[in-house]
Amino acid sequence: MKKSRIRNIDQGAIMKLNKILKNTLLIVFACFALSACATSKKSTGQMQGDVYTGTDTVEYLASGVPDRVFFATNESVLTTASRETLRKQAAYLRKNSKITIVLEGHADERGTREYNLALGERRANAAKDYLMTYGISSDRISVLSYGKERPVDSGSNPLAWSKNRRSVTVKAN
Amino acid sequence: MKILIKIIILLIIIPSKSFSLIEVDITRGNLDPLPIAVSPLSIDENSRQNFEKILKKRNIGEEISKIIEVNLKTSGLFNPLNKDAFLQAPDIANLKPRFEDWNLIKAQALITGKVSYLDEKLRVEFRLWDVLAGKEMVALAFTTVPTNWRRVGHIITDKVYQRLTGEKGYFDTRIIYVAEEGPKTKRIKKLAIMDQDGANNKFLTLGNELVLTPRFNPTSQMVTYLSYFRNLPRVYLLDIETGMQEVVGDFPGMTFAPRFSPNGKKIIMSFAKDGNSEIYTMDLENRIVEKITNHPSIDTSPSFSPDGKFICFNSDRSGYQQIYVMKSDGSNVKRISFGKGLYGTPVWSPRGDLIAFTKLHKGKFYIGVMRTDGSGERLLTENFYQEAPSWSPNGRVLIFYRETKTDDKGEGFSAKLWSIDLTGYNERMVKTPTDASDPSWSSLLSN
Repeated sequence: MKKSRIRNIDQGAIMKLNKILKNTLLIVFACFALSACATSKKSTGQMQGDVYTGTDTVEYLASGVPDRVFFATNESVLTTASRETLRKQAAYLRKNSKITIVLEGHADERGTREYNLALGERRANAAKDYLMTYGISSDRISVLSYGKERPVDSGSNPLAWSKNRRSVTVKAN
Repeated sequence: MKILIKIIILLIIIPSKSFSLIEVDITRGNLDPLPIAVSPLSIDENSRQNFEKILKKRNIGEEISKIIEVNLKTSGLFNPLNKDAFLQAPDIANLKPRFEDWNLIKAQALITGKVSYLDEKLRVEFRLWDVLAGKEMVALAFTTVPTNWRRVGHIITDKVYQRLTGEKGYFDTRIIYVAEEGPKTKRIKKLAIMDQDGANNKFLTLGNELVLTPRFNPTSQMVTYLSYFRNLPRVYLLDIETGMQEVVGDFPGMTFAPRFSPNGKKIIMSFAKDGNSEIYTMDLENRIVEKITNHPSIDTSPSFSPDGKFICFNSDRSGYQQIYVMKSDGSNVKRISFGKGLYGTPVWSPRGDLIAFTKLHKGKFYIGVMRTDGSGERLLTENFYQEAPSWSPNGRVLIFYRETKTDDKGEGFSAKLWSIDLTGYNERMVKTPTDASDPSWSSLLSN
């Protein structure tokens, strides 16, 4: 009786150990899988969700002041990164008070032409509103939507589309 | 107004009522197109030589019959038979067809005719025959200036189509579209116009500024479109004959997505301001502007019902692009698209019973139709990218544009016009000299 009990305990312990091992292995595997995902994302050019986070097409209004922000599909909501970019733009524009700008709103090719014109206008206005809350007068800002007419990347893939969903701040004078 | 020609149609014989004569059912697919023989229009030697001098065509009778043949074949409803098998000479066939001969080559209908040079004009007579019944179905003659010879072919096709299907044709029509050239990132776009069969292509703008979405007025003499002239996207009006252009209205921002009202007196369009696109109309006579929608979402792509009482449009007020219908004063807004996916570009059929649309679902684009209450949705064609359907004036065919997917290097892009029958059959590429998009079909130029 006793003997068998001990054996049982042992077996139980072994089984527990097995379980723990299995779980750790699973976790280790999961880690691998995640990092694989992360690397593959990086290698295709950096997207978070479907918002472009790379610097491939980005130009600069001044050193450290990127000229554009990117959007998710069908969205005109500014991401954290976009707000940071726009704050930098606002700081730059406050320092250079004679500069006026055009905000050019764009959409990707995966939408109907007319809706995309409206969407581009909505995106550029999201950027405009944010700049205004950081002290840039609306007199200095005009808005122009190109819809899907002026892509920066001519590719037909999710990465190219993410680069094309953008609002670009262009100096007008 | 050189295009507005004077065609004198002389009814030779009023076609007798047909109960037992042939008929083509256009409400079903064209699985069994009607075999039809188009005998070359006969021409006497003197007339032939005169037309050769004026039009540089060796035999204008043959040329006109070729146009008729191509039209009939393109419709998908007819199967024009090979001329090599014809036994009867054109001049004799026009006087009195030997129906046994035409029956032998399985022709069910026969077109014969005659062209002559008369006081510097082109005189054409033609007849449509029912081969099995051995009866004449239509006989018409008309006179016009010789340079209108292509239109003569189209008008004859329209008469034949109407007699055999019971509905008006769509061959004596034109297409206005956007001609495209250059790389995808720097596309050059021009307004262009051509006959429905691709002939007489003409560019209407030079390509200095971006132009989009041209649409005909009901008489097809005016066009409304979007131009980025001076980098200000605005709705413009263009008189095709005079080339005169003007901005529509005085809006402090982008106006786009224009269309004419069914009587041609108003333009309906979107005006975008502060991130919100609303639908407006402007009366072209008294310049009165009316705001039709009032909602913080995107409201665009408006299109009137043919009686002018309703407007269908595109809105994302539900969160995503869907199709809505409202009364023309903006009241009674109702969503009508409820299928899976996004819906855009609603266009009311000239017959009033259907709305054509573009649908995006799971990465594919579809052209489809639904009833005006949203029921009976039918998808006609699926592709990587296609949109912007425009109705033929008889509401039987849709023309739209399709873009190809580029390869890994971003190359291989093209945009072409396509047409498809309302039945979902007879999908065809419409040939254009350059890449093309945003087609708009005119009304019938002659009635």
